[in-house]
Amino acid sequence: ISSMATPGNSADKPLAERSPFTTTSFQKKTRSKLISIPGTRPSVQNGQLLVSTGVTSLDYLLGGGLAVGTVLLIEEDQYDSYSHMIVKYFLAEGVVCQHELFMAAAQDDPDDILQELPHPILDDVVIHNPVEQPTLSCKCQDSLDSMKIAWRYQNLPKVQSTLASSSRFGHYYDVSKTMEPDIRQAAKCHRFFLPEHLTQSSPAQCLMLGSYSALLKSLQEVIHREGFDLANAMSKSRNILRIGLHSLGSALWGDDLSFHVNPRHRHALTTFLYGLRALLRSSLSVAVVTISSHLIQDRALMGSITRLCDNAIALESFKGSERETNPLCKDYHGLLHVHQVPHLNCLASYLPDHKDLAFKLKRKQFSIERLHLPPDLSETVSRVSRGELAGAATVASPCGSGTFGNKHLDF
Amino acid sequence: MYTELNSILNVTPDSFTQGEFILVSDRQSDASFLIHHFLSFYLRARCKVCFLGLVQSFSHYSAVSQRLGVSLTQAKEKGQLIFFEGLKESLSILIPQETNPESQAMDFLRDPSVGLRSLYEFVRSSLSSSGGEEKGADRAEEWGPPVLLVDDLSVLLSLGVSVGAVLDFSHYCQATVCSKLQGNMVMLVRCNGLEEEDDGDDESSDRLLKGLTHQCSLSLHVQGLPTGYCRDIHGQVEVCWRRRQGDGTHMQKKLFQFKVHDKGASFFARGTSNAVL
Repeated sequence: ISSMATPGNSADKPLAERSPFTTTSFQKKTRSKLISIPGTRPSVQNGQLLVSTGVTSLDYLLGGGLAVGTVLLIEEDQYDSYSHMIVKYFLAEGVVCQHELFMAAAQDDPDDILQELPHPILDDVVIHNPVEQPTLSCKCQDSLDSMKIAWRYQNLPKVQSTLASSSRFGHYYDVSKTMEPDIRQAAKCHRFFLPEHLTQSSPAQCLMLGSYSALLKSLQEVIHREGFDLANAMSKSRNILRIGLHSLGSALWGDDLSFHVNPRHRHALTTFLYGLRALLRSSLSVAVVTISSHLIQDRALMGSITRLCDNAIALESFKGSERETNPLCKDYHGLLHVHQVPHLNCLASYLPDHKDLAFKLKRKQFSIERLHLPPDLSETVSRVSRGELAGAATVASPCGSGTFGNKHLDF
Repeated sequence: MYTELNSILNVTPDSFTQGEFILVSDRQSDASFLIHHFLSFYLRARCKVCFLGLVQSFSHYSAVSQRLGVSLTQAKEKGQLIFFEGLKESLSILIPQETNPESQAMDFLRDPSVGLRSLYEFVRSSLSSSGGEEKGADRAEEWGPPVLLVDDLSVLLSLGVSVGAVLDFSHYCQATVCSKLQGNMVMLVRCNGLEEEDDGDDESSDRLLKGLTHQCSLSLHVQGLPTGYCRDIHGQVEVCWRRRQGDGTHMQKKLFQFKVHDKGASFFARGTSNAVL
């Protein structure tokens, strides 16, 4: 156990066992003590234990996945539709990998959020790795059968026009369907719904934390009780706790960050994030936090919030903005900004190739792509003037007889 | 320890000026790689080091130092390094429990208005008591001048401490470590967003940076490239010396670009990156 590459002890980092289907004649010698947790893999850069966010192209963007013990901050888009989707992907990935979940929210009941998880597309997982998902095999049978005509192509890797890491690690999800209840119920979920905790305030709570005090305490209890702590309970079988915290800093959390430029509980959220980091660094857990940053009045606060998280991305959807109807943006649903990359256990962090990124939500995939303008294929735009010029210049040309400047293709 | 930075600063682990207050700051970039440099530098220089790690866990600093060729665990066992792990200490206050004893040094978390007196007391006792203790225990190892490293000060602002209290803390530390004990001090401050916004009122981390820049004798300010993100050049660092010579302070500034590698960092003059040439 001491050799697991977790934030607690990654100084001696062995590579945890890779998935069994990438077998070559050369096999890495691994110590028998090593426990590999399903749904995790070591980072190629620094040997950190990574989990998938459930969005393959987001994993690639973050350098392979989320390092265990870190926090991913997502700045919500204006209507919280896409950021909410990513949280659901993150939780769904946890269900598929049989991790434990912790969902906290103040607005929607966490149970409602868990019921809306997207349906996993599990075909290739079952082919390669039938032992890991025994309960799911029947579901996957129909998705196998679905490919009747183009059966030759079904084992080909998916076309990688988008950013994606090469090996199979995350899964794809169908957002038009929700996950079957029996898959969902197989995963162990802990929930925290703020309205249920408002009355029972303990006398000895920290005043600085405000309403986040109950959340931090509940998190610590779960981590301690279920043995995610790195310090003790070594005998228990290891698993990952995925923590989703929805819309922190909103008015429903009892925070006044969105009303005042100088809020009264200015430091409650940052103090909570500090405590969250302290909890995560000493346990096998990973968190995704969403914050509606466009509502926070004090702009400087967002910088301190970002620095207290490890990864930070921001979503900017085109919904409701004038870009929605702009033909240049028609291929995408919004822009994605990378605000911070983690520096954990290493000097040089993974840096993305470029930072002009856009996302789109397709039925089976949330994909993040490099932003580029679509090729201009229409007949009318911008080439007319050139055609007219050319037509005027080549009046005497033999091919251009009769038609002048009205078409681009004239013989 | 980055040798290129050593030659820029004109120091080696064997010879460096004592009584210096080095301020490391950043804006829209990450200067924490410099903290790792100074940590390994002073450990190699056989100084007695007190490290206030407020933003990361011990294992993080230990893992990075290992890549730079210094073992923090050994230094801790030998008594050379006193490591204060803020994250660990804070939990007992943020989630109060009957069983574990509360940390004294972080008591500002309970009520930020009390200031950082207890944290200063921790620094003072861990650095200045070492001499007497060694005589009593008759230790074989003798350490050089004391060094205080803080990573980072601006997180204290996020935890509710006022700018004035942080400046008081650094001033007390400077008086004790730099003047009285003739040691060195390195502090990191991270600033928010854009510089010089026109709305008049200064933001708290900017006020902290201004105050500390006034106190320090050497400042290293890390910024992102003004031309935007680049994969091969991670940013630029402005080194500024202020020497008090006779009647006035003498200032000298140099600007370098840098790239952080797996096991170090390289510094070069503007426009001379490998990617450009």
